[in-house]
Amino acid sequence: MHIVDGALSNPVVIGGAVLAAGGVIRGLKELTMEKVPTAGVLAATFFVASLVNVPIGPSSVHLIMNGLAGLVLGWVAFPALFVGLLLQAVFFGFGGLMVLGVNTLNIALPAVIVGLLFRRWALSPNPKVAMVAGAAAGAGAILLTALMVALVLLASGQEFLTAARLVVLAHLPVMIIEGLICGAAVLLIGRVKPDLFQTLVGVSTLERV
Amino acid sequence: MSDLFGQGGGGQGGGKGGLGTLDPRVRVLAAPAFALVILSLSSLSALSAGVGLALILLSLSGLPPLRTLKRMVMMDSFIIFMLVLLPFTLPGEPVFSVFGLSASWEGLLRTAEIGLKANAVVLALMALVGGMDPTTLGHALARLKVPATLVHLLLFTVRYIDVIQDEYARMRAAMKCRGFRPSNSRHTYRTFGYLIGMLLVRSLERSERILEAMKCRGFTGRFVLLDRFAFRLRDACFALGFGVLLFVLVLWELRLVPL
Repeated sequence: MHIVDGALSNPVVIGGAVLAAGGVIRGLKELTMEKVPTAGVLAATFFVASLVNVPIGPSSVHLIMNGLAGLVLGWVAFPALFVGLLLQAVFFGFGGLMVLGVNTLNIALPAVIVGLLFRRWALSPNPKVAMVAGAAAGAGAILLTALMVALVLLASGQEFLTAARLVVLAHLPVMIIEGLICGAAVLLIGRVKPDLFQTLVGVSTLERV
Repeated sequence: MSDLFGQGGGGQGGGKGGLGTLDPRVRVLAAPAFALVILSLSSLSALSAGVGLALILLSLSGLPPLRTLKRMVMMDSFIIFMLVLLPFTLPGEPVFSVFGLSASWEGLLRTAEIGLKANAVVLALMALVGGMDPTTLGHALARLKVPATLVHLLLFTVRYIDVIQDEYARMRAAMKCRGFRPSNSRHTYRTFGYLIGMLLVRSLERSERILEAMKCRGFTGRFVLLDRFAFRLRDACFALGFGVLLFVLVLWELRLVPL
């Protein structure tokens, strides 16, 4: 969910920008020369994934997949998702310019948190454990994102209380779907190319060869 | 160069119209300057003038106006439910009521304020920066001292979005050939999961080949950014004129201009 310019109070916008900048800098520190092309291609993949529409009831939603991004990218999720949001704002007109920090924080911080929490289990050789961890990461990231959006709205004014509640409610079905999709994706990656979870987090494949 | 973003071509940094001939750095800096001024305004007349200024920028940007305005309306449809709620949740003097809920005058004003701000900023952002080739945006950011790693990440991302998009389209076509139709079922969601997972696996393998190919060509981790950005007289004129207009908006807000 993109927040637009003009809705949030100044302290919230500035605080979000500062925290997001910290996350982006932390993520950039992990990117050595070897890893930048990989991170770029994966960032492009998550950008494309966010344009994918999946059916939900009579309607459809676009994927966010920040939980999976957290598992695969770790802290690099911050710069990668920031670049995606920047491109969406500039070329598609989604979101805004000054709220870019808040929007990055709302998407990337949950990614990093679920990555730290669930990566260990997502790497498990037991496919059931890996799938459940993937599903928990996918659903957990959406839940955290929805709560952060609600929090940011509430911090800007009590009049957003109803909107904040609606945001959380509207994200509950999305949470279930992203959980199912992320679980399946983790299962497949574990079978086909488990290295994927360690290319950007931990040693790079080329260093190991 | 890009299907998703491509509108550029010609001028210093792409874009055909008047803005296309400007130094891309000036355009990139003008966007946050505009956004800062707009966000500091609160009078509806000054904000409307801000939207007007954004529309003028759009007409100078060389972007297809209808498509760009459509994108703006799409953004509005995202936020509309939040804006519609505001008059009913912000306490104040009641104006009208729907289903026993009364809308306040204060809430209506706030809704109009947010709507005008959001649209003015996004419109100006698309007009000033969105008309550029995304690569040019990367170069301009690099020249404005944005960390090189972030710029490289942006350039790689922009370069591969179309490639991955094609890969995704091929996989969807293959799924369709096998009779897959999305519906509300576990099967659909699992299939989408496998699709995203496979897309990531293929992307990773692609990125390994890319890195090897780039190393063969002497990639040391830094792109040599070849561009010829020049701050010329016309850039100074635009910067000055734009600055004056923004200043007038601020004066308007403070009611120092008799309008």
